[in-house]
Amino acid sequence: MSSALKVELGRRYRFSASHRLHTAHLSEEENILVFGKCSNPYGHGHNYVVEVSLSGDVDPATGMIANLADLDAFVARQVLEDFDHKSLNEDVPAFHDRVPTTENVCIEIFRRLKSFPEARLERIRVEETGKNSFEYAGDNPEGNRP
Amino acid sequence: MVLITRKIEFSASHLYHNPNFSAEENRRIFGKCNNPHGHGHNYTLEVTVAGEPDPVTGMVLDLKELKEILEREVMQRMDHRHLNYEVPELSGQIPTCENIAQVLWRLLDPKITRGRLHHVRLYESPDLFADCYRNGAAAAGKQ
Repeated sequence: MSSALKVELGRRYRFSASHRLHTAHLSEEENILVFGKCSNPYGHGHNYVVEVSLSGDVDPATGMIANLADLDAFVARQVLEDFDHKSLNEDVPAFHDRVPTTENVCIEIFRRLKSFPEARLERIRVEETGKNSFEYAGDNPEGNRP
Repeated sequence: MVLITRKIEFSASHLYHNPNFSAEENRRIFGKCNNPHGHGHNYTLEVTVAGEPDPVTGMVLDLKELKEILEREVMQRMDHRHLNYEVPELSGQIPTCENIAQVLWRLLDPKITRGRLHHVRLYESPDLFADCYRNGAAAAGKQ
C-alpha cells in the first residue's frame, strides 16, 4: 500500500553551544578576513536546531517508521549529550582539526546518526539561527529532497 | 517546473492502541500516547504542487481551488474530530503522523488535476512531522 509513496519521519532537536571559526592554516589577519566576528578569540554561541529525517517501511502494527522514544534516546546519546552546553571547538574531538561551521556540524551529526538501527537516515538539516540552515544527505543522492 | 505550497492547520484528537498487543505492550510501545481517553494536537499540513505556470494566467493552479480542495478533503474530514473514531480512512490504523500523511496524500492526489501533487508534510507538533513523496521521484529526477 505504501510502495507508491516514500514516507519520511522528521524530528527536531535543540542544543546550545559555543564555537569559534578559526583555522591554524590561515594567518590571524586572514582568519579575521574570512570569518569576521565569528573568529573572535573567546568564541560565541548559538541555539542550534537539528532536524533528523528518516525513511523506512511504516510498521502496520505501530504505524511508525521508528519508535520515537528509541530515536530520542539515540540522538541524545550520540549527539546532544556531547554537544549541548559545550564548546564545539574544545569539547568535540571532530572539531579539534576542523572548523565548526554549521556545514561541518551537519556532516558530523550525520556521521554520528547514520547507524540508527531502525530506519535509514536520509538527511540532517541544522539551523544555526532562525535565519540560516544547512542540509547534508551523505553520499546518498536519494537522501536529497525529490 | 515551479513548486507552490499551501499551509493549513487543523486540530484533532487521537490515541495509539493496537488491540493485538497486551495492555502492557501498548503502554511500553506507545507510552503516554496510549492514554485511553486520547489527547489532541494542532496539526499543520503543507501541501506542495508542482507544475508549469499557465502562460495566460501565470499560475500552476489557482490557489483558491487548492484552498477549496483542502477545505473539503482535509478540514471537513479531520478538523475538530477524533481521528480514531471519526475518520473512516484511518480506521484500523494507528493514527501516527506517518499514517495520517499517507491518507492525506491518497485523498489529495486524485483531486489535484492542475499541476501534480509533489510533497505533503504533516506536522503533529513543531518538533515532529512526516513527509510523503511519490516513490522514485528522487531517482527519476524532477518529474
